[in-house]
Amino acid sequence: MSVLLFTIIVLLGAFLAGLLGSLTGLGGGVIIIPLLTLALGVDIHYAIGASIVSVIATSSGSAAAYVKEGITNIRIGMFLEIATTVGAICGAIVAVYLNANYIAIIFGCILIFSAIMTLKKKVDHTTLDDTDKWAKFFKLNGSYPDKGTDHQYAVKHVPAGFLMMLFAGTLSGLLGIGSGALKVIAMDNIMRLPFKVSTTTSNFMMGVTAAASAIVYLHRGQIDPGIAMPVCIGVLTGATVGSKVLLKAKTDKLKIVFAIVVTFLAIQMIYKGISGL
Amino acid sequence: MSAVNKNINDKDIQVILGTLLRAGVIISMTIVLIGGVIFLIHNKGVITDYKVFKPELAKFSSIAAIFKGLLTFHGDAIVQFGILMLIFTPVARIVFAIFSFLIEKDYLYVLIGLIILTIITISLNGGLAH
Repeated sequence: MSVLLFTIIVLLGAFLAGLLGSLTGLGGGVIIIPLLTLALGVDIHYAIGASIVSVIATSSGSAAAYVKEGITNIRIGMFLEIATTVGAICGAIVAVYLNANYIAIIFGCILIFSAIMTLKKKVDHTTLDDTDKWAKFFKLNGSYPDKGTDHQYAVKHVPAGFLMMLFAGTLSGLLGIGSGALKVIAMDNIMRLPFKVSTTTSNFMMGVTAAASAIVYLHRGQIDPGIAMPVCIGVLTGATVGSKVLLKAKTDKLKIVFAIVVTFLAIQMIYKGISGL
Repeated sequence: MSAVNKNINDKDIQVILGTLLRAGVIISMTIVLIGGVIFLIHNKGVITDYKVFKPELAKFSSIAAIFKGLLTFHGDAIVQFGILMLIFTPVARIVFAIFSFLIEKDYLYVLIGLIILTIITISLNGGLAH
């Protein structure tokens, strides 16, 4: 395939990945990697390198908007970034030594898990019980503005949340994805944050986490300009369009259709990985 | 410091942080786009081969190599430079946050920011990847 044709195909695919990733909340990375590996036969190491770059672009772009609105809890974000960056670097180093087939299998499993998570109804776990001594020490409790009023919230189970973030960071570095699904579990279910705060703070952290692993990938030669260029331009454009459409569209049905497609891709990746062992 | 005063301070910081992130993404993606166009003009007919991961063929796998390549005005070097700027956008955000916590005299978070920077600096040590 010529460079021009390859660039055009990847650009279109990445646009679609960014659009759907933002509409469903799954993120662009989890779609572009199967697309590159399954449809275009790109080695998963290159696909991961390109995807992580697009994660930095989309998360920094949208974090800009959330931070200005004052919903993001910058202290929680920075505190947990210690865990996610350490995890990301470990994950990226492990990825260097891991056979591409094992990465594909792990990727498929995480993909299925993420698809299930987008369909699950969210349960509000928020609490005002501000007795957690870690939360007090690190000044994590806060409030966020919504429809003109300030909503207070307290943070629980800080060490458990921190450990979960270490795991989320490792997967992010290993697979080149934002691993938003795991981060939201850590913050919603374990630390008891309100959805608005957890999704925006998770997004805020993604940039630094992805940057940590991207640096390792860069030195390893996994970031190839020929793939990374169309991927990051496409995903960023798609995600930007998606965030504009999101305000108007109903995404419930789309989420179900998308979860099925993603599961199908995941099974193919696992199958390909196992048969290549 | 009164609570109201502190909130105003936080708000300012958040607006600057948001602007910094957005500017970083826009500037770096513009560089990637320009590099991409130059790259396509010169290489459009070349046959791609990404089937097998060949790290030894990577031309720009260190910051020094990217800067050296930039002097040649090759499209792929410019793209890689844009990507490098994109990678450093969230890192710049951390540096900014450290200074703003310093102004707020929140030394615990100055320390946390420095820890994150140290972790990232460790990853800059290319030896980790080999």
